[in-house]
Amino acid sequence: MFAYIVRRALQSVLVMASVAFVAFALFQYMGDPINQMVAQDATLEQRNALRSVLGLDRPFYVQFLFFLKNLITGNFGFSFRVGTPVAQIIAERLPATLELVIVAAMFALFIGVPAGVYTGLHRHGALSRFMLTVSLIGVSLPTFLIGILLILIFAVLLGWLPSFGRGDVVNIGFWSTGFLTKSGLKALILPAITLGLFQTTLIMRLVRSEMLEVLRADYIKFARARGLTNRAVNFGHALKNTLVPVITIAGLQIGGLIAFAIITETVFQWPGMGFLFITAIQFVDIPVMSTYLVLVALFFVIINLVVDLLYFAVDPRLRVERSVSAH
Amino acid sequence: MRYVVATALAVAMAALPAHAKVLRYSTNADLLGLDPAINNEGPTNAMKGNLYEGLLYRNFDLSLAPSLATEWSQVNPETWRFKLRPGVKFHDGTPFTAEDVAFSLTRYNHEQADMRGYTATIKEVKIVDPTTIDILTKGPDPILPQQLPLFFIMSKVWAEKNNTTQVVRGTSAPTFINFNANGTGPYKLVERVADNRTVVEPNKDWWGKLDNGITRAEFRPIANAATRVAALLSGEIDLMYPVPSQDKQRINTSKGTKVLEGPELRTIFLGFDQHRAELLDMKGSGKNPFKDKRVREAFYKAIDIQTIARVVMRGESRPTGSMVAPGIAGFSEDVDKRPAFNPDEAKKLLADAGYPNGFAVTLDCPNDRYTNDEAICQAIVPMLTRVGIQIKLNAQTRSLHFDKIGLKENRNTSFYMLGWTPGTFDAHNMLVNIVTMDGPGAGQNNSGVYRNAKVEELTVKAGTEMDPKKRIEMLVEAQKIHKDEYGHIPLHQQTLAWGVRDEIIHDSVKPRPSNDVDLRQIKLK
Repeated sequence: MFAYIVRRALQSVLVMASVAFVAFALFQYMGDPINQMVAQDATLEQRNALRSVLGLDRPFYVQFLFFLKNLITGNFGFSFRVGTPVAQIIAERLPATLELVIVAAMFALFIGVPAGVYTGLHRHGALSRFMLTVSLIGVSLPTFLIGILLILIFAVLLGWLPSFGRGDVVNIGFWSTGFLTKSGLKALILPAITLGLFQTTLIMRLVRSEMLEVLRADYIKFARARGLTNRAVNFGHALKNTLVPVITIAGLQIGGLIAFAIITETVFQWPGMGFLFITAIQFVDIPVMSTYLVLVALFFVIINLVVDLLYFAVDPRLRVERSVSAH
Repeated sequence: MRYVVATALAVAMAALPAHAKVLRYSTNADLLGLDPAINNEGPTNAMKGNLYEGLLYRNFDLSLAPSLATEWSQVNPETWRFKLRPGVKFHDGTPFTAEDVAFSLTRYNHEQADMRGYTATIKEVKIVDPTTIDILTKGPDPILPQQLPLFFIMSKVWAEKNNTTQVVRGTSAPTFINFNANGTGPYKLVERVADNRTVVEPNKDWWGKLDNGITRAEFRPIANAATRVAALLSGEIDLMYPVPSQDKQRINTSKGTKVLEGPELRTIFLGFDQHRAELLDMKGSGKNPFKDKRVREAFYKAIDIQTIARVVMRGESRPTGSMVAPGIAGFSEDVDKRPAFNPDEAKKLLADAGYPNGFAVTLDCPNDRYTNDEAICQAIVPMLTRVGIQIKLNAQTRSLHFDKIGLKENRNTSFYMLGWTPGTFDAHNMLVNIVTMDGPGAGQNNSGVYRNAKVEELTVKAGTEMDPKKRIEMLVEAQKIHKDEYGHIPLHQQTLAWGVRDEIIHDSVKPRPSNDVDLRQIKLK
């Protein structure tokens, strides 16, 4: 088990280094960051001076090796655009993105699972059909359009919720949270729905089809024959057995939520990492872009690792087989 | 009942201070930072101008007004004398002195400062007495005062105390001065959270008088245009720019909001490669048709600018024959008149020049820099095809475009689009950057290397001519020669549009031609 984790950790380092390398190779084709930093009438000499201060006059592999070296020592460099250490900017933005992702994931689970169970049990009910239709919208509409529609309805027409920003935040140590103020909570609602809608519909459809499958299984028939209540059969036996794939998918989707937060954050001017990344691209802010990509790769690697380990915890058969083959 | 409501209202209104008004405004990107010596960008400079002051101030009509200097005069051709305003204090209470002017200037001249262009001609700041300074220039500099509104004065004591006297960029330590501000300006910095909000409040000790009704202003950038419009419509912000063309009607027809329009100072134009012996797309021919004036004239006359204005720009442009906008010193009505659109004549001119079947050329265009930049180029392609040119469009993102046509790739273009706003509000700046090659600092953005001996001479002379009338004549003459030679093809000046909330923003407010918000020029109802 320990060897397995070590092996995976080594693999993840390799994954992250490759991500950084590919990113650095691509940055060569993004244009010159100097153009964004100086006035349009700056002289060539001024531009070159700044270029050498920033180390951009070196070939890209040298820049890449410097980046790797700094990364290992925990130094992510300085943002070209903002002029502060990248680590500090990301630490400031991370809470905004993680809170949004957590709320979106909760929304997806707490709406998606019950809705999936309901539509699985009442296949032909009017409400089921309605929910399935709505879920079709969630699956097929692009995120930015959903965001704009929600803004139009809840901010412009009804005036209930803010159209942009994070509201007031409270700082607890390094963590800035929007959970503790009324405006912070209000500001979370629309972006979280926008971000979580796809996952909600995905989980709902997944739970529904798993339920339909499981309800046909023999042990459900036996359970009913034993005279158990509907509640015990549906939730105690059926739902429990559908949850294994749901947990796997939901775990993997959290990585997706962090990555897809870029679009939602741009639409809602949400001051998180995704928004930071978009502005960094426009500004060709290489230190921020490379650090963000490496960080997202790290998130994916960790989540994958956790999911893999969960298999061991959840499925006893895996543990048995491995221990047998090990001998 | 009515009486009760009225009383309640009266009580409610009395409870609020009569003038407690917050202005919340927005544009598409955050400020780059607050360090006065770097971050040379329109909206950023405008915010610096709320917090800091220069020796002079630029009015809405672009004329100069006294600020930290109360009067200014020329002692001799190489010396400007400024009388400093007495009794002025920085936001932290330290008094403003002549020392601060000298310090700020040195800082502006730091090798990493983007703003050093504005003080490049300054040799020395001499403190004559505590309220008088002389600025000595390297040679006569008639437009020095024009540069001074962006020459913001910092407190020397404050900078030293906070260890922020050096200009630092990018790679080393974060700079205190980029996140904090201590000026003498009419507004004080209350809070700044990058990409989120910048909050200022009036400086009660300011020497001037603020009667615009603003008790607090919040700058809240919103990158997404649709969200920005929604925030205006829902009343979360009071003023925002730019307004996307397709949303203007919506804002105008919605209750409580309207669009304000005005002309912008940037001129969009096309330029030709006039220096290579052989055009990039005509390898092996040994020819560069653009060296022939008739070919340039043919291109000029083949472009139907009115159609571009109507269809592509939806009426939001002002077609022009001039390389500078109205309001810029040196603008001439005469130069502004465009030769008429005439494709038949264009064909004839091309035939006369020896290209009856046209030739191949690539048009380089940005696709995210100016309003509808790519669409304008797409409209130009068929217009030139019609007169027989085999034209190819190369539209790409701004950083790549500017690399390609700029010095980085050695002006790797035959035909390109560019936009220019003279930073000094003076046509001389355009002549130096766009139209000449030989004078001091010239030709940085003359991507096609247009060159004319007389224009060069006039531009250099105008750079040191101290008689304003003669100077303007020189600027106009240079532009006329350039126009008669079809040196570039000026297209238009963009129209700018601000969206405002009716009940908050006073009717007298107009959008600034430089498309940024100077809080002194905003008034609340």
